[in-house]
Amino acid sequence: MFKTYTFPEFDYVRSADQDTAQPVKHPVVIVGAGPMGMTAAVDLAQQGVPVVILDDNNTVSVGSRAVCYAKRFLDISDRLGVGQRIVDKGVTWNIGKVFLEEDHIYSFNMLPEEHHRRPGFINLQQYYLEEYYVDRINSLDTADLRWKNKLVNVEQQGDSVLLSIETPEGPYQLEAQYVIACDGANSKVRAMCGLESKGQIFQDRFLIADVIMDPKKFPPERWFWFNPPFHSGQSTLLHRQADNVWRIDFDLGWDADPEEEKKPENIIPRVKAFLGDDVEFDLEWASVYTFTCRRMDEFRQGNIFFAGDAAHQVSPFGARGANSGIEDTDNLCWKLKMVLDGKAPVTLLDSYSPERTFAADENILNSTRSTDFITPKNHVSRVFRDAVLNLSRNYTFARPLVNSGRLSVPPFLTESALNTADTEMFNCKVVPGAPCTDGSIVYNAEDDFLLSNLGNQFNGLLFVESHTDLTADILQGLTELAVQDVPVKTFVVASHEMELNLPEGSEMVIDKYGVVKERLDAQRGTFYLTRPDQLVTARMRRFDKEQIVAAQNKALGK
Amino acid sequence: MSTLIIEPNLPRPDDFYQTLTDLHRDLSDEQSMDVNARLILLLSNHIGDQAVLEQAMAIAREHIPAAE
Repeated sequence: MFKTYTFPEFDYVRSADQDTAQPVKHPVVIVGAGPMGMTAAVDLAQQGVPVVILDDNNTVSVGSRAVCYAKRFLDISDRLGVGQRIVDKGVTWNIGKVFLEEDHIYSFNMLPEEHHRRPGFINLQQYYLEEYYVDRINSLDTADLRWKNKLVNVEQQGDSVLLSIETPEGPYQLEAQYVIACDGANSKVRAMCGLESKGQIFQDRFLIADVIMDPKKFPPERWFWFNPPFHSGQSTLLHRQADNVWRIDFDLGWDADPEEEKKPENIIPRVKAFLGDDVEFDLEWASVYTFTCRRMDEFRQGNIFFAGDAAHQVSPFGARGANSGIEDTDNLCWKLKMVLDGKAPVTLLDSYSPERTFAADENILNSTRSTDFITPKNHVSRVFRDAVLNLSRNYTFARPLVNSGRLSVPPFLTESALNTADTEMFNCKVVPGAPCTDGSIVYNAEDDFLLSNLGNQFNGLLFVESHTDLTADILQGLTELAVQDVPVKTFVVASHEMELNLPEGSEMVIDKYGVVKERLDAQRGTFYLTRPDQLVTARMRRFDKEQIVAAQNKALGK
Repeated sequence: MSTLIIEPNLPRPDDFYQTLTDLHRDLSDEQSMDVNARLILLLSNHIGDQAVLEQAMAIAREHIPAAE
């Protein structure tokens, strides 16, 4: 029993699909109603694609599990209509502190810039996140979430997939044009397809304890200890979650007995040693885990796509599990929508696996490096690690080498075949293949944010400083882009308030603080093209409609 | 690309060598390993060039046969 949370129980509801002689065909069936399955479902359903989601259980994640949701996760959740609820309930943080023994040696800030709608991170127990996504799915007529529907077989048949499902009322079958497997690290779909996720198992065990305590004890920051006095020779991580629940993560070493360590009588003394005898706390949930860093060779087999932990796994240091999983579904869903609508060739779907395996490799690399720093694998690694930590007390040069987890930032898909390479110089962090920056803007005479207005379609950003920048040719081009089969909706980014006569399909936003211009290294006349998932796919110094159309075609896999 | 200097470059080689060995006098092997690690980190940061550092690392173990 949890003191701070009551787990909902969702009803199994019989579907009309169970009463037909022939399997009913659906455009998309999603396996697994965890965070990734549900983000995929919302993304497709809110764009009008009917989805069926199958889940063998009937509640949300038991135990807190995933905790840290990065800015990109929040930006995507905003597009999916769930972001505000997550942020309202979650604990916002930007600062991470690193301690060595008793001393604070280093801090980092996950969001050193202003004028972003969302913070660097929020912490929230996974069950709240799932609950909010369930509510969002239930608000969409085109999403059909089926609890207690257990997938027992998948079979690719030509251009579709046959799924065999068991329910409390017996078995039935469904046909799907496309399947998205979001059924977690031990993906049954993956096993049924005869596929593997391969990589490295780390010989280490960690205890996670979620405890309830007085919020005055620690600020909302990520605190990481190397060799703390209360847990000698190991490491400890502290995170605050909602409802005054703190996540404490103790490195136990490989020889620890997981069954013994999980017992409250063994956990409580560890927590007491950490917090001190005078701090009152209640134990909410605990688990002992090991981890692997691994991925599938390809995230697609025929018409089945793999996303989240089913496709790739990382160590928890860096918060790159759920945060990379949502980037998978963000990447896949607009492509499925375009192909199902006949607006892009089926070859667009070929870009999913290369884009996301590239991202997975970056996440696995970062996560593996953090793990190797936190728990050195041999004597000399430990000597170097300890030398770095000890030098970092007094010498700033060593601090960037301290690795307590490189926290999730979206990998830039710089090698994607969908990108159009720059032909002119741009000097900013954003590149083709990176998510567009956020920034404060004024839109319809109200304070707003750029990213809140991008996505679900192709967007253009055209930077102007005067109404004379919009020549008749440009206005004609904007009109033509807006009425294409796959439209490009352009935001004219004005440096200050001005009168503009814009054609239908284009709107003005005011870059009140100049941050959008600065972050995109834009000049008068610069044009950016973004994909429906908000990734920059092309940019140019002068508006050129033919080039924009060519770049969009490339991004559509044409 | 910068290149690692592998020609003589120390103005007073004997002074340098004595300072280096004196640094480790009276240290246990464990302490020496720690001091060497700190020294490598300090010098690497001073050099600040990944290509040069990689050339040095390669030469440092070129005499050891690659593991099977």
